[in-house]
This record gives sequence, structure tokens and C-alpha cells, in this order.
Amino acid sequence: MCVELCWIDGSPQPVPPAASRSLVPKGKSMFHDMMADPSLLVMIATVLAALSGVPGLVLRYPPLGQRLAAGTACLAALLALPSLAYMLLTGARARYLLELNLPFGACELALDPLSLFFLIPIFLVFAAGACYATGYWPARSHRHTEPSVTFFYGLLSAAMAMVVLSRNGALFLISWEVMALSGYFLLVTEHEEAEVRSAGVVYLVASHLGAAFLLFLFAQLKLATGSFLFPATGTLAVSSSLIFVAALVGFGSKAGIMPLHVWLPSAHANAPSHVSALLSGVMLKMGIYGILRVVSFFPEKPLWWGALLLVAGLTSALMGICVASAQKDVKRLLAYSSIENLGIVAAGVGMALIGQSVNSPRLVWLGLAGALFHVLNHALFKPLMFFAAGSLIHATGTRDLDRMGGLAKRLPASSLLTLAGSIAICGLPPFNGFVSELLLYLGFFGEAVDAPEPYVALGAPVLALVGGVALLSFVKLFGSAFLGAPRSAEAAAGHESPPSMLAPMALLALLCLAGGLFPQGFLALVTPVLGSVFPQAKGYGGLSFNPLWLTALGGALIVTAALLFFALKERARGVCEERGPTWGCGYLRPAPRMQYTASSFGVFFGSLAAPLIRTRIKVAALAGLAPAPVRLSYQPEETILYRVIVPVLEVAGICFSWLRRLQHGEMQFYILYIFATLLLLMLWVR
Amino acid sequence: MLNTLLHMALVLAMPPLLLGVIGKTKAAFAGRVGAPFLQPYYDLRRLFGKGVVISDTTTWIFKAGPVATLAATLFAALLIPLGRHPAPISFHGDLILFAYLFALGRFFTTAAALDTGSSFEGMGAAREVTFSCLAEPTLFFALITLTRLSGAMSLTPMLAYVTPGLWAGTGASLLLMLFGLFIVLLAENCRIPFDDPNTHLELTMIHEVMVLDHSGPYLGCILYGAALKLYLLGAFFVNIAIPFSTGNALGDWVIFALAMLALAVGIGVVESVMARLRLIRVPQLLVAAAILTAFSLVLVVR
Repeated sequence: MCVELCWIDGSPQPVPPAASRSLVPKGKSMFHDMMADPSLLVMIATVLAALSGVPGLVLRYPPLGQRLAAGTACLAALLALPSLAYMLLTGARARYLLELNLPFGACELALDPLSLFFLIPIFLVFAAGACYATGYWPARSHRHTEPSVTFFYGLLSAAMAMVVLSRNGALFLISWEVMALSGYFLLVTEHEEAEVRSAGVVYLVASHLGAAFLLFLFAQLKLATGSFLFPATGTLAVSSSLIFVAALVGFGSKAGIMPLHVWLPSAHANAPSHVSALLSGVMLKMGIYGILRVVSFFPEKPLWWGALLLVAGLTSALMGICVASAQKDVKRLLAYSSIENLGIVAAGVGMALIGQSVNSPRLVWLGLAGALFHVLNHALFKPLMFFAAGSLIHATGTRDLDRMGGLAKRLPASSLLTLAGSIAICGLPPFNGFVSELLLYLGFFGEAVDAPEPYVALGAPVLALVGGVALLSFVKLFGSAFLGAPRSAEAAAGHESPPSMLAPMALLALLCLAGGLFPQGFLALVTPVLGSVFPQAKGYGGLSFNPLWLTALGGALIVTAALLFFALKERARGVCEERGPTWGCGYLRPAPRMQYTASSFGVFFGSLAAPLIRTRIKVAALAGLAPAPVRLSYQPEETILYRVIVPVLEVAGICFSWLRRLQHGEMQFYILYIFATLLLLMLWVR
Repeated sequence: MLNTLLHMALVLAMPPLLLGVIGKTKAAFAGRVGAPFLQPYYDLRRLFGKGVVISDTTTWIFKAGPVATLAATLFAALLIPLGRHPAPISFHGDLILFAYLFALGRFFTTAAALDTGSSFEGMGAAREVTFSCLAEPTLFFALITLTRLSGAMSLTPMLAYVTPGLWAGTGASLLLMLFGLFIVLLAENCRIPFDDPNTHLELTMIHEVMVLDHSGPYLGCILYGAALKLYLLGAFFVNIAIPFSTGNALGDWVIFALAMLALAVGIGVVESVMARLRLIRVPQLLVAAAILTAFSLVLVVR
């Protein structure tokens, strides 16, 4: 294999393979070149990520393998992240040709602003998760699963990096499949449990249905351009809605846009927490990346593309968070909240598309900047929250919020970091979530003024409602897990997580705060991408307000609140501070199980969102004069899933059951199938 | 500079007076003499001099709740113009920050309520967040309508744009919006018909029930913060409802202060003549308010 390197700055035009030149000049050491070329560092980091789990597979002493993997992951992040930021800020681009002799043409890898941007969350969350895993999934106590989890964790990260780097449809699909399959193997880590296995099957089916649409998409692209190579930004003159719809379904199912989200909640709930963090914080964004990449090919975008994406995104955000508000499983709640957040991102992209077709640089800029800012934000606070969920599971052994409570006293550091994550994910100032929502609001509000499509402004109240329900969901998560009195013996015996788990959480929480207080930094990473995807965005001057206001007001808010807090604390110490039980309103024997649980907290709002979610209550009937004790259990269920999608899938299962006869587990026949298919195809194309 | 100082002085000193006026109005309707107008100030002074009783169940969140809520509300006070006078801080998009600072306060109030471990306070917290998320769209519909009319995305120019002339042109729309905003004002501040600020042990309780365990200065912070929130949302309402300007800075301040007192009397009247709604009716009224403000938007977009 020969790798030819080509360095082009500024030019977005694809360079034909013949024109690419080797970057390595004679007379200089290889090492020097590596250090001088940030794009090469990114490539090295990708290879390091892929290989990070390999030592663990062969080493006799698994903890060493895991520590090596975490070290490799940190090294990869340290190599990649500064290079990515440097390349984004300087506007550098790079292009690599892997000269593999494959039938689908040249394997082109490229680093343009869009790719660079999406690589940031990959390497950041990969490194944070790998460090977190040494405390959460230690090789000592998970002897049998740890090596494979570590291996696939690295492979998944590298595959996602390859997805973002590839500029060849076939190579893209190969990377996409590696990503999907490593995700599957990570997800079924605890395959002894039936729930995990069924989540794995649903994931696999959904992922391949999505991939089928992508195959169609890239086949259509090949028909339009004559090559598997991606066309450059705005060069695909045919404006094929078929391609857009295929991209929306294929990539939308990966991003969990409703109603293509079926696989997401159970997959993210059942994977180990650091894997959920990577799946939710990063892998979902590959869907957004795909949509952005595909729409960037087209110079003209019909209005309905953007309108469809905006409506789908807002619906998805609203429905996702309404279902989240009813959950009592902490990781399921977070998974539904991911649907909400990705919906917000999709709405931002939709807004940018609408801006493109009505020729409004302001809308393009605000929509896309809001969406990308939110991508970055979600890659910070969602892993933080999944890590927090991991800490809760680590402390109590359950995912059920109704069995937690009072953990703030036992997990002081985790509770503080979870509080930061919860505030950030609700989009409240002074954290980062607020800034991205502010950008989207500015987009919506600006449309109300004098734009041709004032109805776009109706998105703002929807976003406000989503924010309100998000607040409900995360007050509930934080309150029922950490506050109050322990509701079970496990919660009463909870213990703080080790520093190896707390350190990555602290890093992410600090970044969340930094993003809110200094949005300039995040915006500097976002702005170079805007023009490269939607050239119109260059026509807009940038932020219409000075982000220093957010810095000043946010900082002053924190300082004021802290001063008030300590002043009152000092004063209370001076006068008198009595301790006593919580006032039970005259009731003398309150028990911890009588507290408002997570389920009861959500039930009032749930009654308003009844068409979306219902609670299934299982209780055995009492019988006889002296009935035996019975158990009551309740489980929130998503109506769309159980009333619409599952019945459809069951019918499909019956229809396709005859195909099962082909699946008999005899290897030689499988090979025969492949041979026969190939032969038929060859006869067909002759 | 003088205007900024006056703004701060009014925002810091006047809110409890509104509670006093509301109380006095209700007393007048009931045929009582009622507590003095300044009673809320006496209450605050007494609370800030008292010791505290802290539940064993609670953590630092319990103490941080009232403080963070008050701080967030104080910063929101910097963004809203009073009368015809500009706000001390005004920038593009400050209206979103204004709305979200209240949400930040709500996060901490409800978290502090959950910290006590009392099912009663948990119930109040659940109701508070549910009602607020239904009230949020109304506020945003109103803000969009005002943006559409004024072309501004900042509270000061947006509210300064509402003049008698504008009322003459788009009175119907503004009236619908005011009605929706008044409902939100009552709901967000937990007044009748949504909540009864005088009761503690009735099952329709929302705000009071969340603060049952707070005492001393912490309760003082909560009461003061609640009065401030009423004042700020009231100022938003009054800015639209009373669009007159005397042309004289001092005269404008006087008009504004009188209008706020009149608003307090109005709230007192509503509280005197209405009964509290059944809990399940509350969401219906809030959704109705949202639709009314949506109507006002449709009227100006058409």
C-alpha cells in the first residue's frame, strides 16, 4: 500500500489523483515532518485509536492492557485535538490518497473544516471514556468482557473517524459498517441478559435498514457523478430529492430522528455507561455529519428539504423530551434526551437549509452555527451525564431512579458534577447549552421581523416548551437520584466513584462551563465550518451581539450567588442553626419510601402527554380471605413504539418467516449463496 | 447614570410593596382593615434576623436553592426596562436570557424542594415545573409578536416601541397578548386562580409547599425573590399595557410606579373575586393563554 500525501490549503476543489504529490521532501527526517504536519497527526491518532485495544487482547495481565489502552487513547487525543483546532483556525485542509487496488476507485481521505469539526467530539469523548472505563469497567472485576470492550471501543472510535474522513462512497460505507458492528459488540457486552440481547437485535436491524438507504444513496450518487468519490461542495448540479430523502432516512435513523429512533433508547440504556457516552455523545452525530455532507454537494436546495428537516427536528425534540420526562430508568431518560438534543440539531440544520433556499445568509449562519454549537455541547454534557449515570450504577447497582435517593451525601463530587451537567443539558445560563439555544432562538426570532417565511418563527415557542420539559426531566433525574433520603438499602450504602471516573467527568463539566462563559472559543471552532458547507453563510457578519455579555453576566451571576451563599452560611453559623427532621406536616412516621419518586414526579406532566407515553402497571389480583403478598410494578412505555412500530414489525416478521429456512447454520451453503449471488449479478451486468 | 441608579433602587426596594398592596386590596374586599402596606418589609426584616432550622435530610443544595434563585432573578432585573426608561443592560437576544434566568431559578427552587425528601414538597416541585413549561410558550409567542412589530430583538427597544400609536394600529393583537401575559403573570407567580399564596396545607399548593422547610434568611430570600419575580413580569406587562410617555424622565418614573401599584390592585381584585381552579383545569387555562398569544402573532403576521 502506498500512501501519497497531498497538502492543499484553501482550495476546496478535489484534486485528481495524478496531481497529488508527495509531501515528504527529501533531506528531512520523517519525525520532523510528522510534527510539522497537523493532518498527519490526526491520521496517526486514528490509527492509534484503532489499535488501542489490541495489546489487551494478547497481554496475559489484563489491567495492564486496559491502562495501556487508556494511555493510548489520551495520547491520540493529545495528538489529534490541538491539530484539529489548529487546522480549523488556520483554515488548512489536507487530502490523502490510500492507493489500494480496490474495484471502487481511489480511496480518498480528506480533512476539510466539516470533517475537522466532527473529529473533535470523537477524540475527546474517546479519551474521556477510555480513562473512565479504567474505574468503571476495571479489568480486574470484568476479566472476561474487558479486553473485547476495550478493543471494540477503540475500533468504534477509529471507524467513526474514518467515516468522517472518507471521501469515497464505498470506503464510507465500509467504515460505517465497522462503526455499526463495533457498536453492536459493545452493546451486547452483558449478553447474558435477555433485555440486552433483544436491544442488540433491534439495533442491528435498525442499523442495517438505515445502511440499506445509504447503499441506495451512494449508488444514486455514483449514477449522478460517475464515480464513488464525493463531489465537492456545491458541484452536484442535479438536485435530486431522491438522494436527499435517502440521506434523511439513512442518516436520520442513525441520529435517532423520530420516528426512526426505535433502536436508540434500549441500545443506549443497555450498553456499559462509557459506551453509552460514546454512542450517544458521538455516534449519533455521524448521522448529522452525513446529512450535512450530502446536502453540501448540492448548489440548489428546494425549500421543502429544510422545512421537512426543521419540522422533523422540532417534532423529534418535543416528543423525545416528553417521553424522557416519564422515564424512571436513568439511562433510558438520557437516551430519550439524546433524541431531543439531536432533534434540536436537526432543526438547526433545517433552519440553515431554509435560509439557503430563501437566500438569507443570516438564517443560514444562525441555524448552522446553532446546530454545530449544539453538536459540540451535546458531545460534552451527554457523555458527562452518562458517566454520572455510570457513577450511580457503580454506587447502587441499579438504573432505577425510584430506588435511589440521598446520594448527594455519599457521592458529593459526583453530585456536583451531575448538577453541572443537568444545568448545561437544560440549556440554562451560564452553561454551554444556553449559547447554542440562544443562536437558534435568534434565528427563529429574526424570521419574525421581515423575512419571506415568518412562520419559521413558530419554532421558538416549541423550543421553549422543549426547554421547559427538559428542565422537568433533569430536575427529576438529579433530585430523585441525589437528593432526599435513600429509598433502598443499596442507595443507603452508596459509595463515591474513584478518581479515574471523576476526573473525566470534571474535565467535561469544566468544558461545559467554559463553553457557556467563553462562547467565543467554541464559536471560533464553529465559524470556519459554516462557509465550507453553505457558502452563503459567508455573507453574514457574525454574531449580532457581543459574546462578552455572556461572559460578564455569567461570571457575575456565579460570583453573586456564591457570595450570597457564603454570607448566609456565615450568618446562620453566627445566630443559630438547628437541625431536625424534615417537617412531615404533622405526620409523625414518614418513611423514605413515601417520598415523591421519579415516577410520581413525572406523572402529572405525563398525564398531559398521555398520547405519547403510558404507564403499564402489572399487579397480581388479590385472592382469598388472607391474600398472599403481591407485587406491583410499573413501566413507562412509549405509545408509538408499542402501538405502531412493534405491531408492524411483528407482521413483517411473520411475512418474512419463510426466509428463515435459508438460515440453517450450515457454512458451506452460506458460501454457496454468496457464490450464486455473485454469479447472478455478473450475468446481470454483462 | 441617574436612571440606572433609579432603576436599581426601584427594583431592589419596591417589589415587597406590591405584595402589601395586594394584601390590602384583598382585605378591603373582605371588609377587613388588613396588614399595613409595609408588612412584607417587616416580615423580611424579621426573617433575616432569625435563626434557621435545617432538615437532617438536606444537603448544600437546600441552602443554595433560594440563593441561586434570588441571584438569577436579580440579574433578570438588569435586563427589563421600567416604564419608558431603558434597561441598564441591553443587547441583541437579551430577551432569551431574561426568560432562561427564570428557568435557572426554577431549577434551583425545585431541586431545593426535592432535597427535603418530603413527598409534599416533591409534589409541589412537580407541579411547578409542569405549569411553568406550559407557561413558557405563551411568553415566547408574546416576544415573537413584539419582535415582529418592533423589528428589535432586545427588550428595551422592543418595549419602547409600544406606543399609543401602535395600540391604535394593532390594538386587537396587543389586547390578546396582554390577556395571555396576565395569565402567565398569575401562573408564574403562583397567584389565584392557579395557586393560593395564603394556604400551606391544601393539595392544590404549588409554590408555598416547595418552601415549607425553609426558614429564617433562606425563607426571606425566597419571599423577596418571589416578590421580585412578580415585579419583573409585572413590569413587562405594564410596559405594554401603559404605553404613555410624559416626555419628562421623572414623570415617566412616576407613571411607571403608579402603574405597578395599579397592577397590584388588579391582581388583588382577581384574587378576591375568583376561586382557585381545580388542579386539572390549570393546564387547560395555560394552553388557552398560549393559543391566545399565538392568535396575536397570527394577527400581526397575516
